[in-house]
Amino acid sequence: MLRSLTYNIKQGFTQIFRNRGMSLASIFSITAMLLILGLFFVIMVNVNMFTEAVKQDYDQIEVFLKDDTSQEEIMNIMSRMKTCDGVTEVEYRTKDEALEIMKQRWGESGYLLDTLGNNPLPSSILITVDSLDNAGKVAEYAGSFENVEDIQYYQETVEKLTDITNFLQIAALIIMGFLVVVSVVVVSNTVKLTVFARAKEIRIMKYIGATNWFIRGPFLAEGILIGMLASIVATGLIALIYGKIVELIGAQVLAIVSCPLISVSYLTTNMVIIFLALGMSIGAWGSIVSMRRFLDT
Amino acid sequence: MIRFEHVTKTYKTNVGLDDVSVHIKKGDFVFLVGPSGAGKSTFIKLILKEINADKGSILVDAQEVTRLSNREIPQYRRKLGTVFQDFRLLPKKTVFENVAFAMEVVHKTPRQIRKQVPQILSLVGISDKAHKYPEELSAGEQQRVAIARAIVNNPTVLIADEPTGNLDPDTAWEIMDLLEQINLRGTTIVMVTHAKDIVDRMKKRVIAIEAGRVVRDEQGAYGFEQAAPVRKEETARKEETARKEETAVQPEAGKEENDAAKSDV
Repeated sequence: MLRSLTYNIKQGFTQIFRNRGMSLASIFSITAMLLILGLFFVIMVNVNMFTEAVKQDYDQIEVFLKDDTSQEEIMNIMSRMKTCDGVTEVEYRTKDEALEIMKQRWGESGYLLDTLGNNPLPSSILITVDSLDNAGKVAEYAGSFENVEDIQYYQETVEKLTDITNFLQIAALIIMGFLVVVSVVVVSNTVKLTVFARAKEIRIMKYIGATNWFIRGPFLAEGILIGMLASIVATGLIALIYGKIVELIGAQVLAIVSCPLISVSYLTTNMVIIFLALGMSIGAWGSIVSMRRFLDT
Repeated sequence: MIRFEHVTKTYKTNVGLDDVSVHIKKGDFVFLVGPSGAGKSTFIKLILKEINADKGSILVDAQEVTRLSNREIPQYRRKLGTVFQDFRLLPKKTVFENVAFAMEVVHKTPRQIRKQVPQILSLVGISDKAHKYPEELSAGEQQRVAIARAIVNNPTVLIADEPTGNLDPDTAWEIMDLLEQINLRGTTIVMVTHAKDIVDRMKKRVIAIEAGRVVRDEQGAYGFEQAAPVRKEETARKEETARKEETAVQPEAGKEENDAAKSDV
């Protein structure tokens, strides 16, 4: 068993080397298709990360308090909210802090706020929930207090966003599915050419009394190895290209959408696993399918 | 060793073998002669179970060939050594690897292979070419490799289909010496040939086939009027394949496919 495994792998390597042209063609076509898949993968992963980040931003409920609320009452509300299901953090924000935050948000136009005589902003309690699903319940509870003026949270906005990204992901998955089918056809044709070129060899092997699996073994190993090589090349290329992209526009993206791009190392480790699985199965499948007609006895 | 009983094989339009009964004993050296298209190749292909007989029974080494299932064919073929006019060596493997492959097929260990292949290569006299590829060898050397590969697993029967057809007379005799040596070691040999001088001089049992029937089976000479020299023989072969293509009504591009399909039957 072990001997035949090493035999097949060794034969596979030798065959790849001795059929350099065809092997290169196969590696090239698998690499090409993995690159396109990788592009979609990169987009999808980043969109995903972006939504998660946005969700994080919107997991807060802001409870605005009436101006005449006493310190004790504030403490009371805060401690009651803390015991609520799903609440992870409760924080008090004074009127001054609220103004400061608004100034920051307005950026260069912040000085306009200085002209305000009286600070019109209310003080508030910021409640962080572990999941948006709990937000509604928590908000309702917070509304039951007497001194609460208004409650703001972003469930609907986030739900809309989730809908959009879900749609994007499904669309990307469908496109990727098509790509896989197309590439399998392309690859199996390439492998078919290799096998066809060696139809004579296969017939000779059968004269000598080789069983179908004995003939298939090295070809199978060859297909898997080609898939492996292609996925490594594709991962390397994408890591390179994506690294360049992150380097060039990573900072801008962070500034615009306040969410960083996925790190190259994280992307690469995940992608290499997916690519290896995909590349190896395409290679194996391609060689099995294209050999079938020559082995039918 | 090989026993044909009333074997008939008809192709679409012409007869391959017609009610042939032949018995070849263990250790025999038999020449199979006859004009092109007479049925010699059919005879060989039936033994190799490349094609199936329509009627009759074929016993090889006490095994009923006609009833072998596809799964049993590889196992069965390992008992036979085969040598062809066109050598049929694996082009991407060296001489050593070609012979080793036949041993790998029967799951010999790498140690056995390393030990036995050089022995066989020296027996057929090409030890010095062990690491060359077939295309780097002369025709005679290639045929020696093919013979080495055919006998490395000690087959009970060696089938030789015009093994000297592509060789010059001197080389042909060297190959015949080699085959005779192998025969002396106890291997039954069935050899298809057109080489009159070889058959005449070897004085072995000669089975003559014409139009699908055994017309003569005796010790001695080639018997047919004209010995086909190498060149004529080749044109005859071409005619034969051309005719086969006609009957199959296949365009030239489909030839490879057609051949593959035939050998897969």
